[in-house]
Amino acid sequence: MTTKLVIGLDGQGSGDRALTYAKDLAERIGDCELLVAYVIEWSPYSFQTAEENAQRHKRREEEISMAKERIVDPAVASLQSAGMTASGIVRHGDVAHTLNSICEKEGGHQIIVCRSSEGGFAQRIFGSSTANLVMSATVPVTVIG
Amino acid sequence: MKFINRALLAAAATGAALPAYAQEAMSLDEKVNTAFANFTGPFVSLIFAPLPGTSFPWIVLWLVVAASIFTIYFSFVQLRYFGHAVSLVKGDYSDPDDAGEVSHFQALATALSGTVGLGNIAGVAVAVGIGGPGATFWMILAGLLGMASKFTECTLGVKYRNEYPDGTVSGGPMYYISKGFKERGIPGGGALAILFSVFCILGALGGGNMFQANQAHAQISGIVGDYPGWITGLIFAGVVFAVIVGGIKSIANVTEKVVPFMGILYVGAALIILVVNYDKIGWAFGQIFAGAFTGLGVAGGFVGALIQGFKRAAFSNEAGVGSAAIAHSAVRTKEPITEGFVSLLEPLIDTVVICTMTALVITISGQLILDAETGNYVLNEAGSAIATVDGNSGVALTSAAFASGISWFPYVLAIAVVLFAFSTMISWSYYGLKSWTYIFGEGKTSELTFKIIFCIFIVIGAAASLGPVIDFSDAAIFAMAVVNITALYFLMSIVREELRSYSERLASGEIKKFAH
Repeated sequence: MTTKLVIGLDGQGSGDRALTYAKDLAERIGDCELLVAYVIEWSPYSFQTAEENAQRHKRREEEISMAKERIVDPAVASLQSAGMTASGIVRHGDVAHTLNSICEKEGGHQIIVCRSSEGGFAQRIFGSSTANLVMSATVPVTVIG
Repeated sequence: MKFINRALLAAAATGAALPAYAQEAMSLDEKVNTAFANFTGPFVSLIFAPLPGTSFPWIVLWLVVAASIFTIYFSFVQLRYFGHAVSLVKGDYSDPDDAGEVSHFQALATALSGTVGLGNIAGVAVAVGIGGPGATFWMILAGLLGMASKFTECTLGVKYRNEYPDGTVSGGPMYYISKGFKERGIPGGGALAILFSVFCILGALGGGNMFQANQAHAQISGIVGDYPGWITGLIFAGVVFAVIVGGIKSIANVTEKVVPFMGILYVGAALIILVVNYDKIGWAFGQIFAGAFTGLGVAGGFVGALIQGFKRAAFSNEAGVGSAAIAHSAVRTKEPITEGFVSLLEPLIDTVVICTMTALVITISGQLILDAETGNYVLNEAGSAIATVDGNSGVALTSAAFASGISWFPYVLAIAVVLFAFSTMISWSYYGLKSWTYIFGEGKTSELTFKIIFCIFIVIGAAASLGPVIDFSDAAIFAMAVVNITALYFLMSIVREELRSYSERLASGEIKKFAH
């Protein structure tokens, strides 16, 4: 049976540690598939202007495209060049909830994320999200320090 | 500003040159006011012309009849699908894979930020001040019926919106009129769409701009002391210019986040006053019901109360006006009718809940002078409105009513009014812009022209007095409703077909909730 690992990236250097750990783990497991996931923080209950609403679909596509190009695709390419079976996914939503949902939907067995103490974008994506994920996940979660 | 005001007074007392300056400034306000009243008079007279042999404006009947027809035509959709509308807003039927798109909640919140505002604070005070507490009854009824109008227009708004290759969307009555009429082979859609756009531009400049600036100035000057309106207008115009022309989104973002908070604060304060005066609530409702059918001495009797109630409800919740269809059309959904369901919550929140609270607070506060012997309200010297304790009207009346329960609340209300006014201006600048670009085409020069005109009208609105501004604001908004409702009559069968198809699929389980 193939083991599926979901790697949650934060778009920062700390994500590399999660990738490295996932590679090592996958090599030891053997029959393993890796799914690189990046979640763009988003709440359907936020407030926007009419103009922002009108442009939202365009912005969403741009956000997904940029995340794929800059974060997910390079990570997937790096895993594939190391001989792994890997794919990528980008979603919007609450980071902890969405990562767990992706894992459940894709049949993942474990989620690997990195604890990030960096500010800015990383904090925005993975600040308290890691703790939320650990508390609410329905599969084992490995947090790389 | 208080200090500036004191300095002005001190200078005046010492015989400095400031009084001449102040007089010049006031005369500028008066000049603006007179010129504006003369220019808009014929348009206002046409829209509010009474039915032959009565004093009943035909436009009020137009709105009420339309809302009643839509309510019956869609078999009381506002009652049957109320629970479903709440489920949609909660996101129960939203596909998790569509996360990141505009949600039903966001579309509703955006539309509400354009409607919840001065209509609920100042508009209700105008209605109750002229039509008495009885106007509240008709306002609630108009709100409940208006839910069906909103449902109809917002469903069509999503169904016939334009989706451009770059992913942006444009929707609203001008699009469903032109496309819907063409689809059904009805001639004149193009001309009607342009006519709607013209009225929408006027509505954006009137109710969505001048009325807001005018009442924001009234509220600020009520606290810091009287000063020329054009100063408030220039400040507002500068900030709005920075957002809509300069693209300084941070100001709009802050406002969009603070406005819901202010809305909650406003409702919370009203609830506190009502709870403290719980023993008067029964009496206040008694006044509302009695006034609805007798008028309780107000000008025009119960018809006066009815007219004021319906007018201010329509001005506040904009049902049938078509503006909400522009705001709601941005939502991403495979089922246009779902946005119709969500939109019917708007008049309920705006009119039935918030406006009623304002009306109850004003009634309970005792600001309206009641003749204890006759049980009727006392009219002012002109006989046009109910006499108030301090001679207040509009937002000043609401402010005084809240102050009778919470002494410091006028300060909070002043901030709320400014923020509501600003938020409504931003929303209406978008509605006006969409209509402008529908007529003149997309393009930077075209858009900039409208935005500059919009900012100039802020200054005019703040400088003019309440009467001409409120007349023009009402007339412009109701003119939109004339065109929009005409189109809705021709297109409502399309909505009924959507409703039939959706309800069948909902009943069969084809449309179901997503697991989140």
